[in-house]
Amino acid sequence: MSDNQATLSDLVILACAQAFRDDGEVMATGIGPIPRLGTAVAKKLWNPALQTTDGECYYGDEPVAPGDRVDVIEGYANYRRIFDALWGGRRHAMVGPVQIDRYGQANISVIGDHDRPKVAMLGARGFPGNSVYHPNSFFVPDHNARVFVEGEVDFVCMAGYNPDRYLNGKPPKDLDLRLIVTNLCVMDFGCPDHQIRVISLHPGVTFDEVQENTGFELGRIGKDIPQTPVPTEDELDLIARLDPHNVRHGILKDNPPVRTPG
Amino acid sequence: MIDTLDKRMSAQDVVAELRDGMTIGIGGWATRRKPMALVREIIRSDLKDLTIAAFGGPDVGMLCAAGKVRKLIFPFVSMDQIPLEPYFRKARQSGAIEVLELDEGQFQLGLRAAAMQIPFLPTRIGIGTDLLNQSGFDFKTVKSPYSDAEELVAVPALELDAALIHAQKSDQKGNLLVTSPDPMFDEIFARAARKTYALVEQVVSTEELNMRENSRYAIVERARITGVVEAPYGAHPTSADPAYQLDLPHLKEYAASAKSEDGWGAYHAKYIADGEKSYVDSVGGAAAIEALNKPTY
Repeated sequence: MSDNQATLSDLVILACAQAFRDDGEVMATGIGPIPRLGTAVAKKLWNPALQTTDGECYYGDEPVAPGDRVDVIEGYANYRRIFDALWGGRRHAMVGPVQIDRYGQANISVIGDHDRPKVAMLGARGFPGNSVYHPNSFFVPDHNARVFVEGEVDFVCMAGYNPDRYLNGKPPKDLDLRLIVTNLCVMDFGCPDHQIRVISLHPGVTFDEVQENTGFELGRIGKDIPQTPVPTEDELDLIARLDPHNVRHGILKDNPPVRTPG
Repeated sequence: MIDTLDKRMSAQDVVAELRDGMTIGIGGWATRRKPMALVREIIRSDLKDLTIAAFGGPDVGMLCAAGKVRKLIFPFVSMDQIPLEPYFRKARQSGAIEVLELDEGQFQLGLRAAAMQIPFLPTRIGIGTDLLNQSGFDFKTVKSPYSDAEELVAVPALELDAALIHAQKSDQKGNLLVTSPDPMFDEIFARAARKTYALVEQVVSTEELNMRENSRYAIVERARITGVVEAPYGAHPTSADPAYQLDLPHLKEYAASAKSEDGWGAYHAKYIADGEKSYVDSVGGAAAIEALNKPTY
């Protein structure tokens, strides 16, 4: 037995990593420590071809730990070049929406009316372009119906599978929404018409609990929904090495322990 | 004998060339290389009803707090380590400013269109989103004239009356060096603007720019630069890496001021009202600015 006890943050990092497993040689961008550690785990476990940045302007030869600086630089990733690269499509981003709806439309701009919002947040940033140029996944640290909203999000920053918003009846050319990892489960867009479905439940979580915390009807991968894999001892060691300052433990509420595989 | 080209001017000279209602682009990004000494000079002036276009940080927040902004063209306003800009939020949530919210890529395309003197650039960006449905602008689409016939979003040219940017060094002719790891989009701000004013840490001789070694850091030809303003630490509280880093404690104090009644007035009185001569001392002095830690992202 390892002394390591897997926590929920370790489990969701491994779940985030799955999103990048089969991406091949692309830029993997994780916004926030947990998605970023997900890209790092994917690179070290399964997909060494992934390119990851320091979040400022360099690609690292190795993944850069949250709070650390790049050691060996392998390339230049200034903002201008990030856009030139993403317009070519070889990127997969995992982002944190404030709201997301049944279509995968995501919002980080405003809550309420756009002209005079109840809550003004960042602005659309690069979400609109990301959504029509390369694959995108999502990480939601607190799965509830204020994030997974009924109806549409208040301001659609990221295009989703909503036929009412398609131009000429066709989805945007490179729209490709992949995984949604939350503190309760992992979901994808795999049901007919891209309906969001639960593909794995974290240990101790039921489908009903996920549904109750979601503002729209969820599909399920099957009658029986698998459990999200708990990191092995080797995987836990890797995650700890990739996050030496333990930034991951401060993200999720209470960050409870999860059962190790028994 | 003709005098050598000399574009040196003061921050007050720059502001005197600006007019109410102008569209002004501000270079940098969030908390990186914002021409803050020029922003503060605008705040000290009587200028009003400005349209500001920026990858926004405290520059936008302060101009909003000072009531200088009529309209904001922006993809975001954030202070990175402090994600939500409090005075921008107040301005938005009170309905005090009009907005044109763009994707970061659209924003660049708009500046590029202006730089190329064409009315728009086509893109897929915006399709499927509410950017196309905002009240502040009536976006149009265009159909490809070729056999694909794809329908694309026409991003309008963002023509700037003036651009304000920051550089580490220049000569008096306006040859600039931006030596930060990422020069951001200041080049296309300069190309999209009728006049561009560069706030520089240091004006040196052309020879001292050592362009044989440094020309890759020369972001734009000097013909696009109208004036250079020497202002050491002029980007503070944003960064001018590698010369100095962002002042996170100062930005936290600035952000916290928004929580109190007339917090902006107190901030303004403490740091802005007395002019740039006393600014560096008011924030702790040159040595303190140079000692700021480099952040991680």
